[in-house]
Amino acid sequence: MTIIRIENLTRSYQMGSTTLNALDNVSLTFATGEFSGLIGPSGSGKTTLLNIIGSLDLPTSGSAEVLGKKIETLTPRQAAALRNYEIGFIFQTFNLLPVYTIYENIEFPLLLQKQLKPPQRRAMVKQALEWVGLADRAASLPKQLSGGQCQRVAIARAIVKKPRLVLADEPTANLDAQNSANIMEIMLRLNQELNTTFIFSTHDEKVIRHLRRKIKLADGRVVGGESI
Amino acid sequence: MPVLKLALRNLLGAGLRSWLNIFILSVSFVIIIGCQGLYKGMGQQMERHSIDSYFGGGQYWQVNYDPFDVLTLDDAQGRVPPVLQKMIDEGKALPLLKRQATLYPRNRVLNITLNGIQLDQTVLDIPTALLRDADAAIPALIGDAMAKSTGLRQGDTVVLRWRDAHGTYDAEEIYIAAVLNTPVGEIDGGQVWIPLDRMQKMTGLPGAATLIVVARGGNPQPLGGEAGQDWVLKDLAFLLADTRGMMASQYVEGGVMYAVFLFLAMLGIFDTQILAIYRRVKEMGTLLALGTTKSDLVWIFTLEGTLHSVLAAALAFVYGTPLLLWFARVGFVLGDSYDQLGFALGKAIYPIYTPGIVAGTTVFIIALTALVSYLPCRRIAKLTPTEALRGKIT
Repeated sequence: MTIIRIENLTRSYQMGSTTLNALDNVSLTFATGEFSGLIGPSGSGKTTLLNIIGSLDLPTSGSAEVLGKKIETLTPRQAAALRNYEIGFIFQTFNLLPVYTIYENIEFPLLLQKQLKPPQRRAMVKQALEWVGLADRAASLPKQLSGGQCQRVAIARAIVKKPRLVLADEPTANLDAQNSANIMEIMLRLNQELNTTFIFSTHDEKVIRHLRRKIKLADGRVVGGESI
Repeated sequence: MPVLKLALRNLLGAGLRSWLNIFILSVSFVIIIGCQGLYKGMGQQMERHSIDSYFGGGQYWQVNYDPFDVLTLDDAQGRVPPVLQKMIDEGKALPLLKRQATLYPRNRVLNITLNGIQLDQTVLDIPTALLRDADAAIPALIGDAMAKSTGLRQGDTVVLRWRDAHGTYDAEEIYIAAVLNTPVGEIDGGQVWIPLDRMQKMTGLPGAATLIVVARGGNPQPLGGEAGQDWVLKDLAFLLADTRGMMASQYVEGGVMYAVFLFLAMLGIFDTQILAIYRRVKEMGTLLALGTTKSDLVWIFTLEGTLHSVLAAALAFVYGTPLLLWFARVGFVLGDSYDQLGFALGKAIYPIYTPGIVAGTTVFIIALTALVSYLPCRRIAKLTPTEALRGKIT
C-alpha cells in the first residue's frame, strides 16, 4: 500500500539573483513497511526531501502526498497534527529537550495528543523505553547519557506514538560503529514488529547496508536506485 | 500543563541568569508595594490627624469666613442658629470663634489668629481641659511649631492685642497653659487657642462663632432657610481636597520611581527573552517537528518569560512580607521639617498595605512582564521549521 506519493517535486531557493534547485522534478513512491533510504552526498537534496515528506517544508512545485494528505495544501495546524500523530522524527544530533528527563522527553509528543489519558501515556512510554532498552534510565537527564543512549531515546520518542512513518535524518552520523549497529538493529526490529515505514537520509555505509531500498540522489535529482 | 512544565524547567534550567532576573523583579515588587503602602499610610494619617484635630465630621462656615483671607476674618462671625446650637448642646458639634490678633513675644510683633474653643468639648482632639485651671490671666494653648517660632514655652506670659466688635483695641497678658504636640498645621502655625466664653466676652461677641465643627462620624446636611444662607456646609470632601490633591501628586511622583524600577526589571526580562529565542532556535525546530504549532511556541516562550514575575512574586512574598510588616510596625521616621512644611503626619509614617495594593501591584507587574515577554516572541511566528532545525532564525 502506497503511503507516500511524490510527483514532479521541485524545491527551489533564491540565493541572491541565483535560483538553486535543492530538489529538481523528483517523483517517488513509498509503501507501508518500507525500510528505505535516500542516499547521496551533502547537498544532494536528501534532507530537503525528508523535510517535505515530514511537512516541515513545502514544495515549490509538484506534489507530495503523505498518508493521504497533500503537504502543499495543509494549514500549519494540520501539518503540526500530521507530524504529531503520524510521523516520527529522528535527528542526527538527537535534539532531546535538555531540561526534561528521558521519560518526559519520550512522553512529550503524547502530551500534545490531548485525548490520551495519563495511564495510557505511562503504558506507552514504558513500552517505548523497553523497546530501546532504557527502562532503567527513565529518570535521567539527556546530559547523563552517552550519544548512543541519547539516540535510543530519540528513537523511543519517535515511535512512542506508534506513527505510520519514521523519518531519520543521518541518525548515526554522531555515533561510533557499535552504537550505530545497535541503533540500526533497534529500528529494523521496530520496522518488523510494528510495520512502521522508515525513511532514512544518510551517506553512512553502516546504515546503507541495512536498507532494503536505496534511492540515490545527486544535485536534487534521483539518479539511481529504485524510483517510480 | 506540559507547556507550563516545559516553561518552568527551561526557566529554572537557565540558573543564575533566571534567578538574577527573578530577584531584581522581586525587589521591584517589594519596593513598589512598600512605597504604595507608605503613600497610603501617609494619606490616611494626614486625613485622620486633620479630621481628629480640626475638620471633625465636616464644618459649617459663617458665610463670610475665608480661611485664605485673614483681612475678612473679623467680619466672619455670626450668631449660632438654633439647629446648630441644639447639636452643640448635645455634644455633636463644636463652635469656634476666630479673630485676628497680635502677639508680642520677646518684643516682636506677630499677627496671629485667635481661636475661641469650649473647655469641655470632646469633638476635637485638642486638650482644652488644660485651659480650665488658669485664672490669673487668659489661659492659652499653642502648638509646638508656634512655640518654636515664637520662643514661647509652657508657663510663659505674653501680651495679646485684639480688636473687639466695636473696633476698639485692647490688650492683656495671656498665659501659655500648654504647648500642643500636633502635626496639624491648621491648629498650630499662627494659632492661639483660648476659652470661647472669655473670647466672646473680650471681643463683645456673645453667642457668636466663625465655624461649627460637626463631631466625627456625623452626617451633616446643608441647612435650610435663613440659617442656610448664613452658615454654609463644608463637607469632608471639600475640607480634605487639598490633602487628597497633594497625595495624588505624590502618587504621580511615586509613579515615576516605579516606572524606573520596572523599566530596569523589564529590560532584564526582555534581554533574557531575546537571548533565549536566539539560543534555542534548534529546540523550537524540534518542538515544531514533534507537532507543536508556532502559536504553541509563542505561548511557551511568553509563559516562560511571564513565570519570571510569578516566581518573583513568590520570592517577594517570602522575604518581603516580614520586611514590609516590620516597616509597617516601626514606620518611616520623619524629621522635624515635615511638621513645619504643613504635612499633618506626626513623627513617623506607618505604611498600610491593602489587599488592593498587593493584588493590584502583582497583577500589573505580571501583566507587564507577560507583555514584555511576548514582544520578542513575535519573531517565532516568522520561524521556518527547517531553518530552526539547523539552528537558524531569519
